[in-house]
Amino acid sequence: MKRQLPFALVFLFGIFMLFQYFVPHEKSEWVYEFLLDWVVVIGIFALALGIWSLFRVSVDKIKLRKENYGYSYITLAGLFVMVAFGFTHRVAEPWGLYFVWIILSLLCLASLMQLRASTNSGQKKKYLASALIFLVLAIIVAIYDDAWKFYFYTAEGLENSMFRAFFDYILIPILSTMFALLAFFIASAAYRAFRARNVLATLLLIAALVVMLRFCPWIQSGDTAWVSKASNWLMNVPNLAGQRAIVVGIGLGIVATALKIILGIERGYMGKG
Amino acid sequence: MRNKLLLILCLLLVLGGAPTWAQEIDPLDTTAAVDSVALSSPAPVSMVQAKDKGNDHGHAVVISWELSADDSYGDKSVIQYEVFLWKPFLYDTIQTLRDRVGTAKAHLIAHDDDSRDWKKEFRRAQKEFDEIMKGLTEAHAAYPEGGEFVNVGKVPCGENSFKHIGSKGNESGTYLPDYTDFYYRVDAVTANSEIRSQSEIIGPVQCYGQWFNTGRNPVLAAVLIFGFLTLFFVKRARKGSKLYVRPIGGIEAVDDAIGRATEMGRPILYVMGLGTAADVATIASFTILGRVAKQVAEYQTQLIVPTYDPIVMSVGQEVVKSSYMDAGRADAYDKDIVFFVTQSQFAYVAAVNGIMLRDRPATCIYMGKFFAESLLLAETGSMAGSIQISGTDEVAQIPFFIVACDYTLIGEELYAASAYLGREPVLLGSLKAQDYAKAILLIFAVLGLVAANLDFNVFTELFHVTN
Amino acid sequence: MNIFDKLMKLDRRWIFLLLAIVCVWSYLVPFDIPIMTEPESEAIYSFIDSLPPGDIVFIAIDYDPNNLAELHPMTYAIVEHCWRKKLKVIFSALSQNGPGMADQAIRDISDSLLVDKVYNGVEFKGREIVRGVDYCFLGYKPYYALIILGMGQDFRLPFPNDYYGTPLDSLPMMRNVINYDQVSCVIDLSGGNITDAWISYGQGRFNFPLALGLTGVMTSQYYPYLGSGQVFGIMGGLLGAAQYEEMADNPGRAKEGMRIQFFAHLVIIFFIVIGNIGFFMTRRQKKKEVS
Repeated sequence: MKRQLPFALVFLFGIFMLFQYFVPHEKSEWVYEFLLDWVVVIGIFALALGIWSLFRVSVDKIKLRKENYGYSYITLAGLFVMVAFGFTHRVAEPWGLYFVWIILSLLCLASLMQLRASTNSGQKKKYLASALIFLVLAIIVAIYDDAWKFYFYTAEGLENSMFRAFFDYILIPILSTMFALLAFFIASAAYRAFRARNVLATLLLIAALVVMLRFCPWIQSGDTAWVSKASNWLMNVPNLAGQRAIVVGIGLGIVATALKIILGIERGYMGKG
Repeated sequence: MRNKLLLILCLLLVLGGAPTWAQEIDPLDTTAAVDSVALSSPAPVSMVQAKDKGNDHGHAVVISWELSADDSYGDKSVIQYEVFLWKPFLYDTIQTLRDRVGTAKAHLIAHDDDSRDWKKEFRRAQKEFDEIMKGLTEAHAAYPEGGEFVNVGKVPCGENSFKHIGSKGNESGTYLPDYTDFYYRVDAVTANSEIRSQSEIIGPVQCYGQWFNTGRNPVLAAVLIFGFLTLFFVKRARKGSKLYVRPIGGIEAVDDAIGRATEMGRPILYVMGLGTAADVATIASFTILGRVAKQVAEYQTQLIVPTYDPIVMSVGQEVVKSSYMDAGRADAYDKDIVFFVTQSQFAYVAAVNGIMLRDRPATCIYMGKFFAESLLLAETGSMAGSIQISGTDEVAQIPFFIVACDYTLIGEELYAASAYLGREPVLLGSLKAQDYAKAILLIFAVLGLVAANLDFNVFTELFHVTN
Repeated sequence: MNIFDKLMKLDRRWIFLLLAIVCVWSYLVPFDIPIMTEPESEAIYSFIDSLPPGDIVFIAIDYDPNNLAELHPMTYAIVEHCWRKKLKVIFSALSQNGPGMADQAIRDISDSLLVDKVYNGVEFKGREIVRGVDYCFLGYKPYYALIILGMGQDFRLPFPNDYYGTPLDSLPMMRNVINYDQVSCVIDLSGGNITDAWISYGQGRFNFPLALGLTGVMTSQYYPYLGSGQVFGIMGGLLGAAQYEEMADNPGRAKEGMRIQFFAHLVIIFFIVIGNIGFFMTRRQKKKEVS
């Protein structure tokens, strides 16, 4: 029963979604929108589970003193700080005790992490007490400080200058740097891959060079304009043909897999491979 | 001989593709030409027709007409057509109430005005609004008493139809109720908008939703044919027909890779990519994860599965748990084998690369949907000295994986993996159906090529899908 | 190991080092490189340029800061073009960090619109960009495929309020806008799988004109959709952005970045060439040894 019910649900909703594509009526749309809402709701619950999983794995690293476990503190502090910035906004000119509140909340979080990571009961009591103290202090600061407020449904939190500063000057540079690494890895991979070992590899090499030279503006006009034309041709004809062949195969594979899932033939995704 | 064949193939490709060099995308010109011509009252449009749009959820009417004799394309004066709908004055009251509801709702959300009880105001306005909406159909039926024609849209000269698509929700100002009598009029308008000619009034016309979209018949036919093929071959396979599946190197390498990790005493890293649980590539990845987890449980090796999506994490945990139980090692299962990292693409890459460099996994398996991060992961894995097996249906990422990994499943091979792993006849049957579907597509593609070159448009129209 | 063997098995860190030096050098030395436009990006520019004032363009900012270098210049060039032409813009951001990118772009471009500018010989007076009148920013919701489908019914289904919490019906420009039927085109700027959803769930289902702005590595994958007419234009990577800037006569970060990209490509070509020299010379030596 535990296994049959999910399969029955998959069959029912799979068939409904299949027919819904052909039924434009408002009633069918209503059911469809209702189901879509459910996916979002489930996703949000799953996100909470995900954050809990991240917390647990980070704390376990601290508990087991794994290599570089210190970063786990930074991970969870970053998670908390961005959420806190997003829900608060300064209403008076000076920040007041805002940063004291942030620090107290972070200390409470650190105490909770230590509480989960510690093994003996004496330590556990110590961390529980400190977590409670920091929590109470944070609540007192939040209640009595008028320099800033909580905003849950409005844009004020998103306009918080700290939120924007963290986003613009920390998140953007870090993520851009990660993506920029790709240039280095592409260079090293291209160096190793493009060797004229045989006829096919030579064709690949020539095609790659022509497409890369497309970016050279000085050979896009005059006598060398053919490079640009050849590059466009490579993209629009052989590339297109190859991609279409793979895409058609993938498309059929997707339909076949979807059918197998709806009909209960494929059950691997429930651990019955 | 092989080289000659390649040469001929290249030549054919060059010849076949040469004309594309000359092709250019036509600039989209939507501006209407306005000529300075004498602006006398133009000839009105004729043969005005109005009907339900069809193949939709309702709330839409299509109005068509014969062009005015003075249409600008004929060097005359009409530059556009304006479409008018007769609306009862009741709409003014409705709009006032709608604004009241909207204002109350906005204050309720923003909590910005404590001077009034907005919750009460919202309920009261909403009740009045619902009440008055009940009389809308009746008010339309009272034509021509108590209403006037209002402009609902315009099209440039040369066009002879207009789709009046309204909203299905009555909270919107463009709401167009179903099963209600509408009356339309089309004006031929000159450059001076004062000078225009009205058409005869057409109506009553009603809009309503359909229960079947005939514009999607080709898709239905394709689904039925493919469904039939799948069921047919699954049934044949069940009866005992032997079906051959060519060896897939990447899948066969999985067993060796797990053995290697066990011997080296190092973990196996399984990455499911950035797909959601709704992506077929991720679903295929679950199947392979199940197989890997089962062997890992048997060999008592360490498995690490960092995930990008929380739903994928939950499903992955269930898959791994089932595999450990199937292997009789339920005690060795740890919930944190599969864990959530982040939903930010490159933060996820940073985390996975960190795991690779710290834990030095003996084997890295990448199965699922991958994007720009594919090479970052595979190159780091290569630097960490891991055996790498990858599979994705993201065409652009396949070359990166081929360059940096030891084995790569290309596109649909990833979906075939579950059939290949399980060797169950029913699963192999569906692979056979895919092959036949491909053959049918190939035949249609060739026929379409011939038909398009012979200008035999009836054939290509057969495959035209409309919304 | 002789010199040719070394050429063949060069440590990847040497490649990284040379590439870094060349990138930094080309960033520090200012000079312009000419940009030639291509039909794929010209189609997007001419489509937007031909729209009458007041028309609505939907711009999906579906990228995170990691794709900022390639895709942000596209956003700046297109949105400024739209606003200078008095077109209205609906923004959405369906990737997790997209709202931050959209918000930053809206703030910056609104500031630059305050100044009088001359583009392609036409003078555009500076004006203030007003939220709800010139643009509407819908914000972010998870599960992009569902959101794209939902917006096809009514923008209010997934986004009853805009990013700043205002109900859509309270925004003047959104009063008569229901779904994609009222927008002239959708331009998706994306560095991930959201593009597929826009093609299959968006254009495939609701049939609106769709153009794509993609990262360089993704571009080749989407050419089939250009051929089939599902997409009317593609801007590929920094080159695509630079081409748009060139056509709009509004040089920005993409044109500047092209200089660096060009020299980075030359470095890659250089390494491919020396790798092949090493390969051929080693093979020749081996053949000699055998004979």
